[in-house]
Amino acid sequence: MAYWPQKPPLPETPEQLRARIPGWGVDLDPKDRPSVPQEVFDPGAYGARWEFPDRQPERYGPRERSIEHAFLPPVFGTSAPLHGVSGRIRRFAYDRFSEGRNAHWLLLIAADRVDTFEGLLASAARGRPDDPVTETGVLAEARSHPIASRAGRVDTHHQVLDPLVVGGPWVLAGAGVLAAAVAAGRALSRRG
Amino acid sequence: MRAMVYRGPYRIRTEEKDVPRIEHPNDAIVRVTLAAICGSDLHLYHGLMPDTRVGTTFGHEFIGVVDSVGPSVQSLKPGDRVMVPFNISCGSCFYCARGMLANCHNVNPNATAVGGIYGYSHTTGGYDGGQAEYVRVPFADVGPTVIPDWMHDEDAVLLTDATATGYFGAQLGDIRQGDVVVVFGAGPVGLVAAQSAWLMGAGRVIVVDHLDYRLEKARDFAHAETVNFAEHDDVVVHLKRITDHLGADVAIDCVGAEADGNFMQQVAGTKLKLQGGSPVALNWAIDAVRKGATISVMGAYGPVPSAVKFGDAMNKGLTLRMNQCPVKRQWPRLFEHVRNGHLRPRDMVTHRIPLEHIAEGYHIFSSKLDGCIKPLIVPSAA
Repeated sequence: MAYWPQKPPLPETPEQLRARIPGWGVDLDPKDRPSVPQEVFDPGAYGARWEFPDRQPERYGPRERSIEHAFLPPVFGTSAPLHGVSGRIRRFAYDRFSEGRNAHWLLLIAADRVDTFEGLLASAARGRPDDPVTETGVLAEARSHPIASRAGRVDTHHQVLDPLVVGGPWVLAGAGVLAAAVAAGRALSRRG
Repeated sequence: MRAMVYRGPYRIRTEEKDVPRIEHPNDAIVRVTLAAICGSDLHLYHGLMPDTRVGTTFGHEFIGVVDSVGPSVQSLKPGDRVMVPFNISCGSCFYCARGMLANCHNVNPNATAVGGIYGYSHTTGGYDGGQAEYVRVPFADVGPTVIPDWMHDEDAVLLTDATATGYFGAQLGDIRQGDVVVVFGAGPVGLVAAQSAWLMGAGRVIVVDHLDYRLEKARDFAHAETVNFAEHDDVVVHLKRITDHLGADVAIDCVGAEADGNFMQQVAGTKLKLQGGSPVALNWAIDAVRKGATISVMGAYGPVPSAVKFGDAMNKGLTLRMNQCPVKRQWPRLFEHVRNGHLRPRDMVTHRIPLEHIAEGYHIFSSKLDGCIKPLIVPSAA
């Protein structure tokens, strides 16, 4: 107990642990543990033959970057370049706010949601509309012991909200489109 | 090529994408032979990580065969079987030169606080990941390593993150002989952290989770005591009781931003996204350890703020240690541990899923169905 100076006794001795657990204590000495200490200056240790790497060309337009960077780092990912309204929001978030500002991250999250709708529209336009049944993988439920797997778990309390998280934006989008259509219809009938 | 593609929160599909091209002289293109879904991929899947774009391919745990290399690559050639650390590292920046390979400053334009990671949103650099038939691997002379002949493919793929990270979690705990170690989370990282705590001389290892099948694995695979937090009104008090009211010497958070155990935190953090996830496990760790203890954080957290109990951490004089694991630095020692059987990563694999059925794989893993602990993804071209 914490009220006395000695540490409470352990249930097993080192000998018992060594006999029971394969490899017990083989890395007891911190010198045997890798990446200790965290920082060891050795610039030639990891295969780089350059002091600064060659620069990757910007093939997909000006690459967005954090304003905390002094310049565009020499190598970067090329997945999903900025596009559409979500791209404009993201560009603004990167150009205007540092990583230290909540606005930076909240704008990026907002852009993610806009991107989802843009993706829905673009995919439908390409003739491959999104299918929430196959894309959510729920068809796996039938052969994955859905009831037994969930018995006695605390996360089932909030998992019931998942369909709302997935389906909510679809419902909202549908309601928005419907409201716009109704408004347009009324406007046209007034003119007529 | 066929690739997993993100379509929005909780929605992914496999579709046709262009085979990646050499973008930089030190790039390699790797044909993926085996990949995995990581627990941290679920943060992306659930829409928690800012700047996760529709059309990106996830996957930071993969192995494969070198298909082509850029003109400056010297250490690899087409046909080599390689394992690729989840970190992308230039090998020469301020951080890489000091061995902090997870914190490279030359590979992520989108954020300075985090390095480059395959398939982990634009917040980590906007690289496509390995849940695909092919993947671009930057700095081929720095990251990838040829898989030793004796190593099983499933061990190799799990060494690219889960195993290295689990060991690193125990290592950051600065465990000394006889320490009482509490591991939060009995997923693959937590299971390896528990195993590794023994290698470092722990006197007791206690694993906390609420999934009975994973706790059973923690007992059998990691020789640990287990606590099902769902069976206790207050798991912090229970952990105090079973540690003579002193508390653990070391806690390792292997859960991260989507911890269960507090309904309001879950709804506010992971459903409504009002904060950067649900840091329940980290808060339990802070409260359950003794004063002066060390907490190692291996669970993934995003850049959005979370309600973490720093006041208790300060008043208890805790040391909080954390980082993404510098996988390549861990490998030489971990290869020894796998070869001599002290670590057995492939024993954690429960599901092997074709790439074409990856949406179902994510659902099974996310919903913790069918006893799922570690799902692997097998590309059709493998």
